[in-house]
Amino acid sequence: MPDAVVHSPARTGSIDAARVRAKPYWNPYLVGFLLGLVLLTTYLVTGRGLGATGAFSSVAAWLAGFAGAEHVAGNAVHSRYLNDGAPLLSWTLFLLIGAFAGAFLSGLQGGRVRPTIERGPRISDSQRMMLALAGGFLAAFGAKIARGCTSGQALTGGSMLNVGSLVFMLAVFASAYALAYFLRKEWI
Amino acid sequence: MFPLVSHIEFSVGADLALAVLLGLGFGYCLERAGFGSARKLTAVFYLFDMSVVKVMFTAIVTAMVGLFVLSAIGLLDLSGLYLEPTSYAAQLLGGLVFGAGFIIGGYCPGTSIAAMATGKKDGAAFALGMLGGVMAYAEFTPGLDAWIKATSQGELTLPSLTGISMGWWTLVFVAFLLAAARGMDWLQHRFSYLKPAAV
Repeated sequence: MPDAVVHSPARTGSIDAARVRAKPYWNPYLVGFLLGLVLLTTYLVTGRGLGATGAFSSVAAWLAGFAGAEHVAGNAVHSRYLNDGAPLLSWTLFLLIGAFAGAFLSGLQGGRVRPTIERGPRISDSQRMMLALAGGFLAAFGAKIARGCTSGQALTGGSMLNVGSLVFMLAVFASAYALAYFLRKEWI
Repeated sequence: MFPLVSHIEFSVGADLALAVLLGLGFGYCLERAGFGSARKLTAVFYLFDMSVVKVMFTAIVTAMVGLFVLSAIGLLDLSGLYLEPTSYAAQLLGGLVFGAGFIIGGYCPGTSIAAMATGKKDGAAFALGMLGGVMAYAEFTPGLDAWIKATSQGELTLPSLTGISMGWWTLVFVAFLLAAARGMDWLQHRFSYLKPAAV
């Protein structure tokens, strides 16, 4: 027996049915204010802002270590994430471990933790998984070139009025808006 | 007085404990905003739900006001904060590639963690793809690091570029946020027909 769904049946799926039971998200301006306070506190304590991509670079450096220590030390990118031989003791990686726990807690409170694959009604689960994998690859590669992502450049640099961060933000939105029409079946 | 790190040397354990603590707040906010959901995030690109811009913009302006006020009253030394050097070419090119990854994959690096934490398998796929992306960058194009350095303009902020002080720029951003809030509500209304049920 499928879950009762109050909206148009053509749009229903497990995701939409789950949403009916989930609590609403908070007001975006309120969450933005709180996120701004987290960012400000991070600056005041550590002298640096938030970041996320660095954690993935640290894990990559750790994995590359299995191909040999001299391989990592000789690589211009991996070697920056060596962290004196303990790449997994990366600050950003621990930040993301905390973020995982924080998001899980928030999701539990809101009734939003359940195994799903998020997609629009017009593509299949496997197509969506492939696109997620490809998108992650591109986002990470782009973040490496830009030296930061939405956390490290947009939020962190933006609040310091960093010119490069503002350029990054404009480029991200320009690119995504330009491609949105072609990807509409993935999302709406 | 701030940043604290200029006066206190945190032990490795304390430093990483701080990271987890600040991360808790970071992840909690992301999930509360709905950013553990790819459809909620990508809705911004179809204009029927502008939450991504509302949250990001408000967070940036909040932190900016805090940084400005604390430095103006002498509690914060802005020069003690890390500033990523600007390279127009790198941030433009990287931003374009990143934006493509965002709309194709549905997440950004931080939000994919919030997605995984709430059970999204596509969030895990995105994170796995990210690991592949940083690995490919390091293994196949490590020379790009040198190019980014070579094209760098050094530390560059709007105040240093324009000669207009941080206080005025902060005011401009606050005013722009207030104006944009009205504009975004109009957009959401105008494009509400694109909104699928229950996103």
